[in-house]
Amino acid sequence: MSAVFEQIFQVGFLAAIIRIATPLAFATLGEMFSERAGVLNLGIEGIMLLSAMAGFTAASLSGSLWLGVLVAVLTGMLMGALHALFTVALGLSQHVCGIGVTLFSSGLAYFLYRLIFGQQSVPPSIDGFKPVPIPLLSDIPVLGPAVFSQFTLVYLAIIAVPLAAFVLYRTPWGLSVRMVGENPRAADSAGVSVIATRFQAVILGGALMGLAGAFLTMAQFNAFTFGVVSGRGWVAIALVVFGRWDPWRSAGAALLFAFVDALQLRMQASGLGHIPYEAFLMLPFIFTIVAMAVMSRNAVAPSALLKPFRREER
Amino acid sequence: MSGRTERGASRHPCQTKLDRKANCYQECPLVTPAPLIEMRGITKSFGAVKANEAVDLSVAPGEILGLLGENGAGKTTLMNVLFGAYAPDAGEILVEGRPVAIHSSADALAAGIGMVHQHFHLAPRLTVLENLLIGIPGKSGRIDRAGGLARLKEIGRQHGLNLDPNLPVSALSVGEQQRLEIVKALFRGARLLILDEPTAVLAPSEVDGLFAALRSMAAQGLGIIFISHKLNEVRALTHRCVVLRLGKVAGRVDRPASTTSAEMAKLMCGHEIVPPTKEASTPGASVLTLDGISTSGHGGTPLRDVSLFVRSGEILGIAGVSGNGQRALADVISGMLRPRAGAMTIAGKAVAQFSPRELQGLGLGRIPEDRMTTGLVTNLPLADSMVLPRIGTEAFSRKGLLNPAAIRAFAEAQIKAYDIRCPGPTVRAGALSGGNLQKALLARELAFDPKVLIVSQPTRGLDIGAARFIHEKFLAMRAKACGIIVIGEDLEELLMLSDRIAVMYEGRIAGTLSSTDATVARLGLMMTGAEGHA
Repeated sequence: MSAVFEQIFQVGFLAAIIRIATPLAFATLGEMFSERAGVLNLGIEGIMLLSAMAGFTAASLSGSLWLGVLVAVLTGMLMGALHALFTVALGLSQHVCGIGVTLFSSGLAYFLYRLIFGQQSVPPSIDGFKPVPIPLLSDIPVLGPAVFSQFTLVYLAIIAVPLAAFVLYRTPWGLSVRMVGENPRAADSAGVSVIATRFQAVILGGALMGLAGAFLTMAQFNAFTFGVVSGRGWVAIALVVFGRWDPWRSAGAALLFAFVDALQLRMQASGLGHIPYEAFLMLPFIFTIVAMAVMSRNAVAPSALLKPFRREER
Repeated sequence: MSGRTERGASRHPCQTKLDRKANCYQECPLVTPAPLIEMRGITKSFGAVKANEAVDLSVAPGEILGLLGENGAGKTTLMNVLFGAYAPDAGEILVEGRPVAIHSSADALAAGIGMVHQHFHLAPRLTVLENLLIGIPGKSGRIDRAGGLARLKEIGRQHGLNLDPNLPVSALSVGEQQRLEIVKALFRGARLLILDEPTAVLAPSEVDGLFAALRSMAAQGLGIIFISHKLNEVRALTHRCVVLRLGKVAGRVDRPASTTSAEMAKLMCGHEIVPPTKEASTPGASVLTLDGISTSGHGGTPLRDVSLFVRSGEILGIAGVSGNGQRALADVISGMLRPRAGAMTIAGKAVAQFSPRELQGLGLGRIPEDRMTTGLVTNLPLADSMVLPRIGTEAFSRKGLLNPAAIRAFAEAQIKAYDIRCPGPTVRAGALSGGNLQKALLARELAFDPKVLIVSQPTRGLDIGAARFIHEKFLAMRAKACGIIVIGEDLEELLMLSDRIAVMYEGRIAGTLSSTDATVARLGLMMTGAEGHA
């Protein structure tokens, strides 16, 4: 067994956790902003897929990876706006519209991908982002190669967490987001536009989901496949609950999930060959369910989550 | 708009425009005080219903204006027009003599109008300070905490409205939450404060505190509109009052303090209201006893070792500030909550299951606190809601199938007997007004001659006429030897109805008084836990 553990716990393992956590952190923060404003966005899975596809296509056609990231972010914002249009402006069911957005976005992603790239036996790939070691910091033993020799998008995710906390807790806009998620009527009577604030939060959430998608096709896999998101969006929804709608805790939840995922990848490769690999694949999800059951018992969702706001309704 | 200058220079309208030390009387000798707010000819319809029709109203600085009216008289609509929630169909609003367009609460706030709604507009999980700072622009992109704290302190000092800025709102009492709502309005620079039924949620001692704060604010030149249907409060607090009836101004009272409640009630209802007479009655044997009942929390305050009894032909009032275990008591007695310890009997028989059906079988009738959720099914036809508790009995079904004819006949008979105003038994229950719903619930229970009746907040939100009807029915049941428990917060009502009044405090019975010993003051003390009686 000790050989197995040695194989598992190396510097590369820590780096893998950070890499796996990055798209989850973006997606979780995005979902968190949306939910803090009172809008559940079940469109996340599809938004990530469409953004991943759009970003990949843009990068592939233009040769510019950052243009790809920009296109992915804009795609996320556009789909966020679509979800907000249905759920915020029209006040329709957030569950139904979210699933609708996921189905629509996924379908659109497959369709456009086929249209642009046709049917190919080997999926086209791009020359993705390269790790950018940070001078000095990357020389720190263990942490240096694991954390500070990563993709720029990873650094962006690391910065995004404190930034999200600052925006949510320290700025007037963040207070408005929390207020419209708790008691929209209170925000309304204080002169804050509930509709505008929710739109902004859902669109910001979409942008972050777009970043998550961009990371998958432009840094992690450097190609688009139909299974590229493979449930990461759904996991992010669970991680928001697990993280109790807090940026720091949500990021922590993403790291924890990434840890289990990295662990199972190593276990697959570590010669426990008599166990079917599917069993390892299940591990992170079993972990999610157990963690949710244990940790989220006293988590309290934003009071106005799922509740559309209508002015004249009294 | 009667002259208000006799109240002295401190409240003189000129003070807002001129230096206090200047001689206002010479500057504007002729007394018509420029009103802070004037509403002229306000009309607002919802479909065919005219909620407001040509309403004129004005408030001077330093004036407390009472806005009286029954439910549906248009008080709340009028104030929502003033606060920008509704656009009026006709009429104009003037602030300090200048017409203003108020399309949103933001406009109202900008015009110096603040409103304390009946249901607070607070986010329970955010702190006091965060609730205050919502919608306030920050300082260099950040929330201006320091500035907010300073303002909060200053307002606290000015009006005696002190609050801990860092507590979450959920940790505040209802009275404190209301204080926060008032502070919130002042924080935004309100010069006119609208309070919609502010005393409905307060204990008597808290009402005194509120009135003191309001008087202090008025003394400093704020205008206040005080909405209520409690006549004694309007008479005690306001300088002037406007009475609405069916959307129109039914009358104006220039000196509420020296006008009798009866006169004002007549303006409100359009006819005299005769209080029901309570005949002497000799209570018989106990029909309901609770012995050492304790519950474990189901959200609200649990009961702790509660023992009480009601005799036939007796009304037992349960007083207390809301949230002291009344909900649990009502739920235990009606079979919605199984106690952790203790015993209960109805008409001498021990209760075993604590299921609504068992208790009903033993002769219990119940009228729950929330008519819309636990009372009736709002989306079902009225007739179905009226037979719901007894839907499986012989009376309304045969061999497992409903008997629509019997259900309809029952509903029609009750609609007639109780004068329930509705298009018919097939109307959606939720479409009825509060008073008619309450009549329907009462009819449903009383039709089966219960031995014990438990009611919570029987007349909350009802107008005087409907409340009077309900009271008369209770007294009639008492004469028919029914034992009745009335859980309520309106002490006047409890004193008028009850033979004995028990006071609940923190899940216990703090004491029981006979109606001859009970006074509002004494009950009020017991309700705050200050005085206990065996």
